[in-house]
Amino acid sequence: MQVLQTQDEQPLSGSSAALGRAIVITSGKGGVGKTTTTANLGTALARRGARVALIDADVGLRNLDIVLGLESRVKHHVLDVLEDRVPLDEALVRDKNSSTLYLLAAAQTREKDEVDTDKMIALVQTLRERFDYVLIDCPAGIERGFKNAVAGAHEAIVVCTPEVSAVRDVDRVIGLLGNRFEPKLVINRVRPHLVRKGKMLSVQDVNAILRLSLLGVIADEPEVIVSTNKGEPLALRNDSPTASAYHAIAARLAGEDVPAPMVEYKESFMERLGSFFGGRR
Amino acid sequence: MIEFFNRLFGRQTSGATAKERLRLVLMSDHLSLAPEMIDAMKRDLVDVISHYVEVDRDRIDVHFEHQDKALAMLANIPITGVARNGASVEHAANGATNGHLHAERTDAAQPEVRAAPAQLPIEADAQQALAPSGDEPLAPAAGETEGVTAAAQAQRTAKPKAVTAKNGARPRRRRRKNTAG
Repeated sequence: MQVLQTQDEQPLSGSSAALGRAIVITSGKGGVGKTTTTANLGTALARRGARVALIDADVGLRNLDIVLGLESRVKHHVLDVLEDRVPLDEALVRDKNSSTLYLLAAAQTREKDEVDTDKMIALVQTLRERFDYVLIDCPAGIERGFKNAVAGAHEAIVVCTPEVSAVRDVDRVIGLLGNRFEPKLVINRVRPHLVRKGKMLSVQDVNAILRLSLLGVIADEPEVIVSTNKGEPLALRNDSPTASAYHAIAARLAGEDVPAPMVEYKESFMERLGSFFGGRR
Repeated sequence: MIEFFNRLFGRQTSGATAKERLRLVLMSDHLSLAPEMIDAMKRDLVDVISHYVEVDRDRIDVHFEHQDKALAMLANIPITGVARNGASVEHAANGATNGHLHAERTDAAQPEVRAAPAQLPIEADAQQALAPSGDEPLAPAAGETEGVTAAAQAQRTAKPKAVTAKNGARPRRRRRKNTAG
């Protein structure tokens, strides 16, 4: 339905049926896992056979190439394309693991203010004609970089962690996105055992406030850090619950009716004993 | 297990604290992001109050404060004139044409105010005046403090005084003194 809507908004684009979905991944606050989510979601979508382009819109602080392990392959960046120095095909870096996944890296030596918003919109539009998904990794903040990243998108995924500051910033971002988007929520870095002990906001707590369509929940697992260290997104694997969570997000995004996201935590015997006597909160 | 004992002895978990702080901070944020709404609310508030007492519209101060675990709206509304013995209520009943809510109330209130004997307790008088239907028996006045309305406040206060509107469910902790002449 969202795709139909975007096609209506862009009647000038050539082949009518094949326009991809342009989705910005944003959060307001930095360090909540936008880039990791973008890399893993892109990987998971590509594993489903979709053609995916990732744009690193964090001009000046390029990172998406690192998470994907593509840093040595990047020769050109998004501003080279926007300023017509390099053709799009030369700047797009093909992923080493997924043949249908491409990256357009951010410029490292430039600033966010140097990006021309109209050209960014045009670039996203061009990519939509060639890819099923265009995922835009938004920089932190709500200034020019945010606006440029959002400008070409038609859908939004907001990434939040169960922290007061992150939820507050996401709330602000939802306000800024306005009615043009129906943002979907990914809650990242959940620690189920802390939630169980009442030491962390739960998924329900967070979404009781944000009231968004919940796309997925990612646990705070060491393997996420390990995968970033290696430059191999976790979504490449099949044997990890966190990877499965990314695959579930991709499936849900593609419109599949997969079960509601859950983060399970197995209580220890002592904790069960505790809740038996003390009652659940 | 530590947390379990904390809960057993009624201590709040940090997660619950986070939830509470988040709720409050977002209310503040949303209020500060909606100045037009505050202005509109201020106008409506004053419109309602001026059905009962005369207020100084230029010197109204409405602001929000964090109080313990709640956000309180503090409205300092200087009153410039109050008529004797509910006459202002009657005046409002005759004069008001704009408020829908008010129009509904005045239908019931108008005859009651006129019929109200002078020796009736003030609380009963106010309740009677604002009751949705004149046929219903009066509720006992004793213990009825939360339901006392602006009209009751105005009738009690003989001298011009600032009305402090607060979060209804909370006990009054502070009363603002009028700085108006």
